[in-house]
Amino acid sequence: MRSLRRVLRGVRWYVRELTDESAYDRYVAHLRREHPDARVPSRRDFERMRTDRQEQDPRQGFRCC
Amino acid sequence: MRTANPRTVVIWTLVALVGAAGWTVLALSRGEEVSAAWMVAAALGSYAIAYRFYAKFIAYKVLKVDRTRATPAERLNNGIDFHPTDRRVLLGHHFAAIAGAGPLVGPVLAAQMGYLPGTIWIIVGVIFAGAVQDMVVLFFSTRRDGRSLGQMAREEIGPFGGAAALIAAFAIMIILLGVLALVIVNALAQSPWGTFSIAMTIPIALLMGFYLRVLRPGRVTEVSLIGVALLLFALVAGRWVAESSWADTFTLAPSTLVVWLVAYGFIASILPVWMLLAPRDYLSTFMKVGTIVLLALGVVIALPTLKMDAVTDFASRGDGPVFAGSLFPFVFITIACGALSGFHSLISSGTTPKMIQKETQVRMIGYGSMLMESSVAVMALVAASIIDPGLYFAMNAPAGVIGDTVQNASQVVGSWGYQISPEALARAAENVEEASLLSRTGGAPTLAIGVSEIFSQVTGGGLRAFWYHFAIMFEALFILTALDAGTRVGRFMLQDMLGNVHRPFRNVSWKPGLVVTSAVVCGLWGYFLWVGVHEPLGGINQLFPIFGIANQLLAAVALAVCTTLLVKSGRLKWAWITGVPLAWDATVTLTASWQKVFSSDPKVGFFKQRQVFQDAIDRGEVLPPAKSMDDMHTVVTNSTVDGVLSAVLALLIVVVIADALRVCVRHVRRPALSTLSEAPYVESKITAPAGLFPTKEEKEEERRAVASAGS
Repeated sequence: MRSLRRVLRGVRWYVRELTDESAYDRYVAHLRREHPDARVPSRRDFERMRTDRQEQDPRQGFRCC
Repeated sequence: MRTANPRTVVIWTLVALVGAAGWTVLALSRGEEVSAAWMVAAALGSYAIAYRFYAKFIAYKVLKVDRTRATPAERLNNGIDFHPTDRRVLLGHHFAAIAGAGPLVGPVLAAQMGYLPGTIWIIVGVIFAGAVQDMVVLFFSTRRDGRSLGQMAREEIGPFGGAAALIAAFAIMIILLGVLALVIVNALAQSPWGTFSIAMTIPIALLMGFYLRVLRPGRVTEVSLIGVALLLFALVAGRWVAESSWADTFTLAPSTLVVWLVAYGFIASILPVWMLLAPRDYLSTFMKVGTIVLLALGVVIALPTLKMDAVTDFASRGDGPVFAGSLFPFVFITIACGALSGFHSLISSGTTPKMIQKETQVRMIGYGSMLMESSVAVMALVAASIIDPGLYFAMNAPAGVIGDTVQNASQVVGSWGYQISPEALARAAENVEEASLLSRTGGAPTLAIGVSEIFSQVTGGGLRAFWYHFAIMFEALFILTALDAGTRVGRFMLQDMLGNVHRPFRNVSWKPGLVVTSAVVCGLWGYFLWVGVHEPLGGINQLFPIFGIANQLLAAVALAVCTTLLVKSGRLKWAWITGVPLAWDATVTLTASWQKVFSSDPKVGFFKQRQVFQDAIDRGEVLPPAKSMDDMHTVVTNSTVDGVLSAVLALLIVVVIADALRVCVRHVRRPALSTLSEAPYVESKITAPAGLFPTKEEKEEERRAVASAGS
């Protein structure tokens, strides 16, 4: 039972990382650690900022043929 | 001196034997049907040995990866694009980024020469060229804060070579987009089922985009699951539409599809990323990874038998209907992705180096992902080789050669030595609920037939038509995404170049500039698409070799940059690691370019072709496969454009290689003159394993790191 839960947790972690769903959590953790005084953006603002960055440089996250 | 323990020796001996057995059966069997299991054994055995020995040797002896050196992800961590990413996650990211339509299409077309030449090149090519390129580019880019290939070329070779590399990359992007779009047009033309389900991906993506932007920002997994469910529903609904009175609305002629695709590419590329591109990207990645896993399972479970000859007569005669030219150099050009792909160097020097945790992981991420991609190419080759060769040739020969009736096609294909009755051709189309399968060139439909064959061996024949359209949908989905993303990248390059002439273009958000450059890029690839669709000699037949040459030339640029860097960083005695693949790649590609420009065989040489048709026009004759004087003029124009393009591409690459050689020679003579723009050493504070599974020492190191952080 416990090992099953561990496996499920692992799968959830992997899927979240692979789809970059965890990007916001990672960014917040990064801000709190490195710039404790900075304002933490809301998730909505953060996701907007991410797509805006991709707009600025479409080579980010480009996929191959 | 480390001594290997007996268990390791036994295991690696067994792996070697499995691989050797696979190769032996593939090489020696003639005339009898061979199981695909042998191809899988040869591939996996060779990959394992290459990864364990050759890749390790390159990583530790040549590149001298340093586990104490901090990577850009650690040094420049900004929590967004630079951040140390778990190696297993990054492997997934990198693989999803490099795998696309290329490794699925090329091997299918190369099957015209038989399965053996393709198998050998896919496996040998990846081990000694493709995976090496990906890993070495990744390593050098990691040492340079994730610089792109173009920047590295400019910094390490010089402004002249750098500019040539940039122009080549832009031209290559345009050809790539044109050919990919042509593959979809050939798959969707006259197919209401396919066209409907692909059209539905647009509203589905818009819905997902809205969900992610407004309703629940960032919830990618749930929105992808919703999207995939809707997509599968659209796929099922496609059959109902095809059987209903709406069928005519979605039965489109190739030229109509061209207009739709170019319009789509233009509009999609000027819309905000969140609306269409980002959600589409999630959808196509999900489908891509899912289908590749399913296909791998299908091949391993069904273990189908190969029906194609090991080597066909077209290999030596060079008059094959799919693409003209003999085995050398054209098999190597056609397979491209899957063995050696220049485009991967753009990924290995872009996103991935900014996320890698440890230098030691370049072997797993760079070399390992490319081995996975190569295995996808092997599966595509299996899929193309298990279908009836008669059907294969009827599907892949241009309409100008086999005509448009099953009777005619059966007769022509029979004259090449592959018997298939008109009834069998008609039944094959009926089985997948398509009006016709004749001249469905481009590889995607053939792959879809092979995939539906493999899957229906597992799930039963009742689902055959569904699997066929599933495979078409999955390829069309990520090709459409590539059209949008590729147009944006092409536009970005163009904005950068035009920025030198008229400043405002530099500002990528300047609306007029954005619209103009998007229109130019779409117009350029749209031109090739239009030409490909209306080409009397067959668009794929004419354009695919240029695409392959372009891709391999980009690989030559990447390998030239790698070799220059090896020389400049004091690794001269190891320069052959990328130098030999570079020499091979340059030989193959420049030979192919040479033949495309100068060959006196009108099937191969563009200018000879032009001359033959121009002379006929002067005499007032119409040469088959052209049907009218208009067709004749089309052939003359297209051959001229294609010929000039092949020549220009080859020249650009010769410039890059010559400039790289100049820098290498100068370095060997007077090392003091060269500069190396490597980021300075900073000690790493992260501990992370190098490979998929941590070794005993790495676990110990991890434990110590945790203990010292706690104390």
